[in-house]
Order: sequence, then C-alpha cells, then structure tokens
Amino acid sequence: MSVPLTLLGLLEREPSHGYDLKRDYDAFFGRGKPLPFGQVYATLARLARDGKVVVGESEAGAGPDRKRYVITEQGATEFETWLGEPVEAEPHLQTVLFAKVVLALILGRDAGRYLDTQRAAHLQRMRELTEIKRAGSLVDALLADHGLFHLEADLRWIDLTTARLDALAEAVRS
Amino acid sequence: MTVGHQPSAPAGPIIEARDVVLSFGETPALQGANLSVAAGEMVAIMGPSGSGKTTLLHCLAGILTPDAGEIHFAGRRIDTRGETERSALRRDRFGFVFQFGQLVPELTTEENIALPLLLGGTRRAAALKETAPWFRQLDLEGLQKRRSGELSGGQAQRVALARALIARPEILFADEPTGSLDSLTGEHVMDLLVTAARQHGTTVIVVTHEPRVAAYAGREVVVRDGKVTSFAAMPATP
Repeated sequence: MSVPLTLLGLLEREPSHGYDLKRDYDAFFGRGKPLPFGQVYATLARLARDGKVVVGESEAGAGPDRKRYVITEQGATEFETWLGEPVEAEPHLQTVLFAKVVLALILGRDAGRYLDTQRAAHLQRMRELTEIKRAGSLVDALLADHGLFHLEADLRWIDLTTARLDALAEAVRS
Repeated sequence: MTVGHQPSAPAGPIIEARDVVLSFGETPALQGANLSVAAGEMVAIMGPSGSGKTTLLHCLAGILTPDAGEIHFAGRRIDTRGETERSALRRDRFGFVFQFGQLVPELTTEENIALPLLLGGTRRAAALKETAPWFRQLDLEGLQKRRSGELSGGQAQRVALARALIARPEILFADEPTGSLDSLTGEHVMDLLVTAARQHGTTVIVVTHEPRVAAYAGREVVVRDGKVTSFAAMPATP
C-alpha cells in the first residue's frame, strides 16, 4: 500500500485536513494498522515539497490541525497514472512457501508435513476472513475477498505441490 | 500440533465412521477411514478427485454400506440396518444437497420444498404451509409456483437447501453444493446454508474441492487414498 499515492487519491476527492485524511485512510485501508498522525503529516510535507499538494492558510478554530491540503495538477496527474497502471502480475513468483518446500526437499526433510501445516494455517485464515465477510460491511467483504482469493490460489498450489512431491524430490536432488 | 491424526471432537459425536473400508470391484475407495463429528459442528471434507470423499459422505449418510468398519449415528450403529430402516433415517433425520438435478421437474417450487414432509405423511395443506418461512429465509419469495426449469441455478440450489432443511434434519449432507454456481451465487448459497444451520443447530458435513466453501466450516478433514487426515492450524510466523 503506497501511503503517499493513497493520500493523493483522497485529496483528489476533495481538499482535506490531515485529520480527515487519517480518518478516511484508517476506515478504508488501515484495517488493524492505523496510520500514525506523524506519518500523515510527514507524508503531506513531502508531497508539498515535491509540488504534489499545496497547503492552505491556517483556519481559525480550536485544535492544531487547521490547515487544508489541496492536490496540485502534478499530484493529480501522478495519481491518475498510478491508478491506471496494472499491478505487477507475478509479485510472488518466489515465495517463502516455495523456498521452504525446495529446501525441505533438498535436505531430505518432510516437505509433505510442512505443506499440510501450511495448508491448515491458510484455511484457518480463510475461516477468519469468511467470518469477517459474513459479519462486516460490503467494504469489509471486498477486502476479505481479496485475501480469500489469494489464499485460495496458494492452497491450490499447495495441493498441486503435495500431489507432485515425489517427482519434485527427484528433480531437486538430481 | 495434531497434524496427521484425528483431534477429539468437543462433545460426544453425533455421527462417526470407524475404520471404514469400501471397494468398488477391484478399486479401493475407502481404506480405513475414521471421522467423528460433534452435534452442531460444520465439517468440510476435502481431497483430490477420486480420493474417496464422496464415498465417505455416502457411507456416513447410509447411502452406501461399507465392506468393513462401522457407522454410528446418535450412539447407534446404522450400517448393519436394512435398507428400509436406513431409507427412513435418510428421510426423517438427514437432509441432502447435491451439485445437480435434485428437484423434481414436474413439481412446483413449494411442492419440491414440501416433499420430505409429504413423504413423511404430513397432509398437503399443512406441508405447503410449512414452506412459507423458507421462502423468506432463503430469498425465494414469489417463486412458489415455478417449476425447476424456470429457476436460475442459484434459485434451484436454494430450493434444494430449503427442501433439505424443512424437516429439521439433525445432519445436513452437502456434496459440492456450489459446484455448479458462479462465485457470487455460490457465496450467497453458502451464507444462507450456514445461517440456517446455525439457527437450527444442524450438523453439516460438506464435501467440496473449493477452499472458499471449506472456509465456511469450523473444521476441515482431507481424504487421501481412502483415509482421513485432520489438521489443526499452528500459529503462522509473519
């Protein structure tokens, strides 16, 4: 998750105070990992330095956070470019899972046992996400689904690898 | 960690397979399968194609008779009972949802749902009246007079689910209940299935090859080479 680009996206919607940006970031993207205020203002300061946002005048009122941030043309262009780009299609080509299986096979360890344990951990997480999805809002469900489909893809890989373990063991040891 | 052996069920099992063996001709399907399911539990049976997961479901439900081993339901052995008695058990105490072709095409939706009650001797008017809450609970309002050919896949599966649950079975057996549905429709069916089962305290045993369906269950077992393996998740390292 790119915090600067996400904040730019929120500012593209409307000029906002740092507090509002943090609140919306936490609501949609924070999920158990809220954005510290310090990071919000440090990020906004960098974006201002780079000409992607401008800081409005201090507004009258209580509290320290009375500056409104406005996205610039440069910031909006950068955000639009990022929004339209596909994410790397194979970011996990060599995962920890893969490394553990290959190392277990090279070392003659019980790779099947590792895969069974991983399978159980994956399904446990899928159960948790399914409960979140059933109990939560549509936005919660959207995020949970993203996790569920990725975990499911891993599980399919785990099942296929389990079925091929004997052949794989021969391949890595030859 | 309990990888590789069956964890004990939290309460006394409502249904249990003990060392079940079954072959189809020369082909072994189950080779000493053990499974114990507690009342109110939802268990997913997974496994590769041909591993014996559907055969295990059919043995548990009294559809197939094992060559060796035992099936116990509610504290009594059922695999030694005659077909008439097992048929009554399936009708009165078990419910079934399969992947395809479960509805009787000549009957309307409400007649299909009422079928277990009609077969159990309930009068027609009373049986049809009993279907009303299921139309609400399973999002089927307005479809009472339709026949199965006039239903979408998701609607037909929800009708099958209502039919499986209307007689308040103690155990619902589901074999690939979302196998013929798209993701969103399948999810809707599973959501309704879980909600209804929890509401009525129904034990659910679901055979599936889809991890996202298995994730609705509280526990999964995997059938490999005719035997059952259970897993308990270890805490994962980040």
